[in-house]
Amino acid sequence: MNQRNGVSCVSGLNTAPPEASTGAAGENCPLEIRDRIVRTIYREAEAIAARAVRRDRPCGSWENKVDDLLTSRLLGFPLMFLLLGAAFWVTLVGANYPSQLLAKALFWGEGRLAELLTWLGAPSWLHGLLVTGVYRTVAWVVAVMLPPMAIFFTVFALLEDLGYLPRVAFNIDPLFKMAGTQGKQALTMSMGFGCNAAGVMACRIIESPRERLIAMLTNVFVPCNGRFPTLIALASIFAGPAAGPFAATLTVAGLVLVGMLITLLASWLLSRTILRGEPATFILELPPLRPPQPVRVLVRSLLDRTLFVLARAVTVAAPAGALIWLLAGTSLEGQSLLARGAGLLDPLGRAMGMDGFILLAFILGLPANEIVLPILLMGYLSTGTLVEVESLAALQNILVGEHGWTWLTALCTMLFSLLHFPCGTTLLVIHRETGGIKWAVLGALIPLAAGCLTCLAVAQGVRALGLL
Amino acid sequence: MEKILPLSELPTGQWGRVISLNARGMIRYRLLDLGLVPDTTVQAVRRGPLGDPIVYRIRGALIALRREEAGQVLVTPL
Repeated sequence: MNQRNGVSCVSGLNTAPPEASTGAAGENCPLEIRDRIVRTIYREAEAIAARAVRRDRPCGSWENKVDDLLTSRLLGFPLMFLLLGAAFWVTLVGANYPSQLLAKALFWGEGRLAELLTWLGAPSWLHGLLVTGVYRTVAWVVAVMLPPMAIFFTVFALLEDLGYLPRVAFNIDPLFKMAGTQGKQALTMSMGFGCNAAGVMACRIIESPRERLIAMLTNVFVPCNGRFPTLIALASIFAGPAAGPFAATLTVAGLVLVGMLITLLASWLLSRTILRGEPATFILELPPLRPPQPVRVLVRSLLDRTLFVLARAVTVAAPAGALIWLLAGTSLEGQSLLARGAGLLDPLGRAMGMDGFILLAFILGLPANEIVLPILLMGYLSTGTLVEVESLAALQNILVGEHGWTWLTALCTMLFSLLHFPCGTTLLVIHRETGGIKWAVLGALIPLAAGCLTCLAVAQGVRALGLL
Repeated sequence: MEKILPLSELPTGQWGRVISLNARGMIRYRLLDLGLVPDTTVQAVRRGPLGDPIVYRIRGALIALRREEAGQVLVTPL
């Protein structure tokens, strides 16, 4: 059967019979010019390699065995989920203590800054703007983001250095194939865990323009580092502190899986509607596995990624903190602008299982997802300032005790965090990479629609079923 | 007469020698650029967990190809 297929393929091809192709790349060989060029290049390269390269070790020692395991029929997928889960778990457990320490240090710094301003005789509005607006927001972002980011990026870089990520792309290519795209999207998706803007930029590795666009538009469905802290904080509070970090890890991992499923679904929809086109191809080199080099990995992940993302977050958070302080401090008919905005959004928010302040926080958080939770707290406390939320217990008290959050509120907020418009930077990158405003707009609207629908369905479903 | 079959049908673990490429256009160029020129020896290394992309050893590198792309390369088993 196979053989017949093969032979029929040969007869359908207008090239020389096999015997002729074994001869020199002769002039009477009816290959295209490019074929001949490539053959000659390879022949030359082979000759050079034969003279210059000596192989000490035959291919296929331990790498082969590990590779067999990582991509095995039985263990390939479980190992993938296990490693992903382990990465989250290490991040969740490891980030807790340094986060508290950092928060303490930064809020100590706030006291000193306040003293300095008082000593300088600064007017109270400047004091408020700088200390309670700018400094507190930046301190929050640094304290909440830096530890998990440093840990997660390092773990991720270790897997990358090992050469594991292309194996993931290889394993799940059939799923993306069903969605009408290809496995390299798994690589850009992984990149999105760090930063969606970086993920969108990474889509350059996908050759076909159609598949590249799909990968760009769906990259936002994996939570980036600006959103992980929100997810982690909410999961830690609502997955039950009693159940410990394990339940929280499962919750976050579950959300990530939801994001991946929606990535596949959205890719499938896109490749059947506005991005129909030539069929997908998938050619991927799997680099050799090698033991990771910890020092190099640490330096690279800290310098290249952690500091880069943190610097970006801080430059966005500082002016945003000032703006929100102004919004919260400016009153119109006895109500702050922040509270008025939240009031307007409240019915919509409630329908989606959240409230007006939460929606407003997401909208004002457009510059950077890191500041969504700080904005929310500013709104809730309506003092125009962030309290010093040093521990999750204090956060829990504000959300559950004072603002009546239930597990449904937390779930819908986490889902909406997972599924809403990407940050401004990501949208700018989509615009730049595609050269059109159209794709940036779609890049915002598609996930927003997905988020609104999901939250509406979940909230209404839970209420209709009387689960709450 | 040598036995000729598409690369996608080469049993795992077995080596084959490239006879010709059936592909046209971009895919042909990409396959050529991988070094899949006639006379190159190729080994089918392993299948993915879901059976489809297959890893091939081509000139010392591990390259994953889908059934569709590998099917356009004709080889003779060695």
